[in-house]
Amino acid sequence: MPRVTALNVNGKRKTVDVDAGISLLSVLRDNLDLTGTKYGCGEGRCGACTVLVDGQLTRSCVTPVGRAAGKQITTIEGLAKDGKLHPLQEAFIKADAMQCAFCTSGMIMAASALLSKNARPSRDEIISGMNRNICRCAIYQRIIEAIQIASSGTANRKEVSG
Amino acid sequence: MIDDREATDFIEAERYELFVAPGYNFHFDRREFIKTFGVGILFVVPLTRAFSQQQDESGRGGFNSTLPSDIGAWIHIDEKGVVTAFTGKVEFGQNIRTSLTQAVAEELHVPVGSVRVVMGDTELVPFDMGTFGSRTTPTMAPQLRKAAAAAREMLIVMAAEELKLQPGELRIVDAVFVNHDKSKTLTLAEVARGRKLVKVIPENIAVTKAVDWTIAGKSLTKVDAGDFVTGRHRYTSDIKREGMLYGKILRPTTLNATLRSANTKAAETIRGVKVVVDGNFIGVAAPDQQTATRAASLIAVDWQSTAQPSNAELFDLLRKPAPAPERRRGGGEGRGRASGPQGSITDGLAMADKKLAQTYTVEYIAHAPLEPRAAVAEWNGDKLTVWTGTQRPFGVRGELAEAFHISEDKVRVIVVDTGSGYGGKHTGECAVEAARLAHAAGKPVKLVWTREEEFTWAYFRPAGVINIKSGVKSDGTITAWEFHNYNSGSSGIQIKYDIPNHDIRFHQSNSPLRQGSYRGLAATANHFARESHLDELADAVKLDPLEFRLKNIKDERMRDVLQAAAKAFGWGKLKPVNGRGFGLACGFEKGGYIATCAEITIEKVPRDKNKARVRIVRVVEAFECGAVVNPLHLQNQIEGAIVQAVGGALFEAIRFANGKILNARFADYRLPRFSDTPLIEVVLVDRKDLPSAGAGETPIVGLAPAVANAIFNATGIRLRSLPLAPKGISLVSA
Repeated sequence: MPRVTALNVNGKRKTVDVDAGISLLSVLRDNLDLTGTKYGCGEGRCGACTVLVDGQLTRSCVTPVGRAAGKQITTIEGLAKDGKLHPLQEAFIKADAMQCAFCTSGMIMAASALLSKNARPSRDEIISGMNRNICRCAIYQRIIEAIQIASSGTANRKEVSG
Repeated sequence: MIDDREATDFIEAERYELFVAPGYNFHFDRREFIKTFGVGILFVVPLTRAFSQQQDESGRGGFNSTLPSDIGAWIHIDEKGVVTAFTGKVEFGQNIRTSLTQAVAEELHVPVGSVRVVMGDTELVPFDMGTFGSRTTPTMAPQLRKAAAAAREMLIVMAAEELKLQPGELRIVDAVFVNHDKSKTLTLAEVARGRKLVKVIPENIAVTKAVDWTIAGKSLTKVDAGDFVTGRHRYTSDIKREGMLYGKILRPTTLNATLRSANTKAAETIRGVKVVVDGNFIGVAAPDQQTATRAASLIAVDWQSTAQPSNAELFDLLRKPAPAPERRRGGGEGRGRASGPQGSITDGLAMADKKLAQTYTVEYIAHAPLEPRAAVAEWNGDKLTVWTGTQRPFGVRGELAEAFHISEDKVRVIVVDTGSGYGGKHTGECAVEAARLAHAAGKPVKLVWTREEEFTWAYFRPAGVINIKSGVKSDGTITAWEFHNYNSGSSGIQIKYDIPNHDIRFHQSNSPLRQGSYRGLAATANHFARESHLDELADAVKLDPLEFRLKNIKDERMRDVLQAAAKAFGWGKLKPVNGRGFGLACGFEKGGYIATCAEITIEKVPRDKNKARVRIVRVVEAFECGAVVNPLHLQNQIEGAIVQAVGGALFEAIRFANGKILNARFADYRLPRFSDTPLIEVVLVDRKDLPSAGAGETPIVGLAPAVANAIFNATGIRLRSLPLAPKGISLVSA
C-alpha cells in the first residue's frame, strides 16, 4: 500500500505517515486531532464528515486519504479567519440552527460548498443541495434559515425574514 | 400529578433491571468541598423532603431510600465572580445548559455570561437519576433557582457586612452590590475573594415569579454555540488521552448468540495489539483504529445462535402477555391503569348508537443518534474514569462498579455534551466494553461504536399493539372507551376526554428485541391509536373532527391548544381539493398540552396507478407547558420534534429476522431529511401563571395521528399501522 506523508489542511502543510487507503476522516481526527469533522455512519450517507477538497464537497469517511493528498483540504477548523467567524458560522448561531450540534460541522461545510456554487440559493435549491446531510434532531427548517441568512449577508441584521 | 408519575414511571422493564441503585452515599463534608472547589463560596442545597418527593416523581418510586440524604444541588462562586452551578443532568441537545444558565442568572442577578453549568460528572455533581422524562425544567431548574435565590440573599448579607451597611440597603444588579444612591458598591468577585466558605442554604426561599422574569422567559441562543460552529467542542468520540489505544469489539453473528470458541493467535502476533476474551465478550485494543479493525478481522469466532422471531410474527407475539416472572419488580403490572377503570364498558356500549372496535400497531424504531455510543476509559490503579455519552451518568457508574466488582467511589463517569440520545443512551454497554479493554491493556482505550453496531446492539423504541373498543351516541357523546396497549407502554395512555365509562390498561409482553426508552416513550403510540380512533368515531356520527373533540373535552388547557392550533391552521376554512387532506390530533403528556394540524398531499406514483406517495406539506402545532423559559429553544424543540416524528409516522421501522437486524445502515433505514420538512408554524401558549413543564418530548406525539387523519381525509383510506407509508400507500382498498 502506498503511503501518504504530507497533507495540505486549512492552508497548512501537515506531516503524516499513513496508508493511502485509509479514510481521510480517520487521518484528520486521529492523526491530526482535527476532531470537528465527525463520524456519523461510515457510508457517506449522513454528511457529518463533510470537508472540502479543492473546494469540492467531500465525504471524508468514504474518501481514501490518498485521493486528498496534494490537494487543499478545508475542515470546519479552517473556516474562521483571523479569529472572525465565517458568515455561515455566524448565521448558524443566529438562526439557532443546532440542538446536539453533532451534524453542525458537516452542515456548515456542505452549505459552504453549496454557496460557493450558488451564492443565492432558493429554499428548494437549499433542500436539494443539502439533502444528503442528516440532522437527527431534525431542525432542517432552522438550517435552511441559517443558509438563507448567510447567503443574503444578513447575519448581523437584527430581524430575519424566513 | 398522577398522570406525570405514570408517564415517567414507565421506562420499560429492562431498564429497571439494568438500573443499579447507588451504593455510595456522598457524605456532606465541608473540608472535602473546599478541597474540590478551592477558594470562593459554595452554596449547598440540602436535600429536603420536598426535593425527595420531586425525585420520586421523576420516576423511580421504589429507590427513594437509596438516594443520598444530604445534598440536592450546589452553586460555587469563585474569586473572579464566576458562578458555577453543578447538576447531574446532561446536555444532549435539549439545550438545558442554556435554560439552567438562565434560571441561575435570573435569581442571582448576574449576567448570563458569568454563569457556567457543570453537568454529568459524577465526581463533581450531586447524584441524579438521569436525564429523561422531561424532568429537568420542572425539577432541576427550581432546585437551582432556589439555590441561586438563597445564595443571592446570603451574599447580600456578606456584602453588607463589608460595606458596613444593613442588608436591606443593598441590592445586586449585574453581579454588583449597590446601595440606593450607588455611593457604595462591591462586586460579586470582591465578596468571594479570599473566602473558603460553605454555606448551607435554607429550604424556604422564594423564587422570582414567571411574570417578573427578566432573563428567563426570553429567547437566548445556545450559550456555547461558538464551540459547536467551530468544531471546538469535544464530544466523547473526540477525546484523546496520553497513550490511548483504540478498541474494536467482535460482535456475534446474531442477537443473543453465545461464544463457543475463538482463535485469537493471528491477532495476538500483531505488535501492540491486546486481545480480550471474557465470557461472551471478545474485543481488541490497538494503537490505531485500522490496526484494531485488522486484528479483529483475523480472529475466527464460532458463535452459537438460536432461532428467533421476525417482523412477520411480531404483533402476534406481543399480544401474548408476558409470564409473571418477566414482569417488573417492585412497581407493578398495574401502573398502566393508575386511575383504574371507571363506570362499566358494557353499560357504555349499551347506550351507544355506534360501536367501534379497532386494532392499531407500531413497529420498533431506532433512536439513531448521530453520535453513536462512545467511551474513553482510563484506569489509574484501581480507580476508573470513563468519559461516555449517557443520559444516566450515575446509573452507568453503577454498571461499571458492578462489572468490575469495585465500589462506586472508585468510578468516575464524565458526560460531556453529547451528540443526542432521544432516550436511546440510558445504558453503559460501550463504557463497560472500553473499560474492559483498558483494564486488560493497562492503557486508556477509546471505543466508538459503528453505525451498524449502534443500530444492532443498542435498543429500540418498543413495538406495540393497541386494541380499542368504543361507543358513541349520535349526538357525538362518547359513552365507552376500552383501551389495551400491549408492550409499547403506558406513557400518554390516560385521556382528557370526558368519557364516563372507561377502562385503560397496559400489558407487558416478551419483546423479541431489546427495547427501552425513546423520546415520549409510548405516548406516540397511544396518541396515534387514540386520536386515529377519535377521528373514526367522528366519522361514524358525521361530525367535524374538531367539533367532535371539543364536544367531549372540558379541560380548558386542552381546549385552548386545540383551538389555537385550529385557528392558526385555518381548520374548517380550507376547502378539500383532490389529492389534499387535513387532519388534527391533540393530547397531553408530561405536563404539556399539544394540538397538531397537518396538511398532506397524495401524489400518484408514475407507472403504478394503485400506489401513491404521501407528502406532509404543512404542520401547525400549538403547545402549552406552563411558563415558557426560553421561547426560541422551545420553538426549536417543537420544530425538531415535528420533523423527527415524520420518520416514525411515515417510514421508519426496524426490519429483523432470526436474530439479525436487516436494515442497520442509513442506506437501508430512512431518516427524515431536508426534503421531508414541511412548512411549520408553532403556536406557543405561554401560561406565566403555571409552573414550567419540560418540553423535549411531548411535541413529538401529535404528528402521526394528525397525518393518519389527513390521509383518511384525502383518500377515505384509514391506516392503522405506524409507519403509515414506508413505500407509499396502496390505493386499492379505496
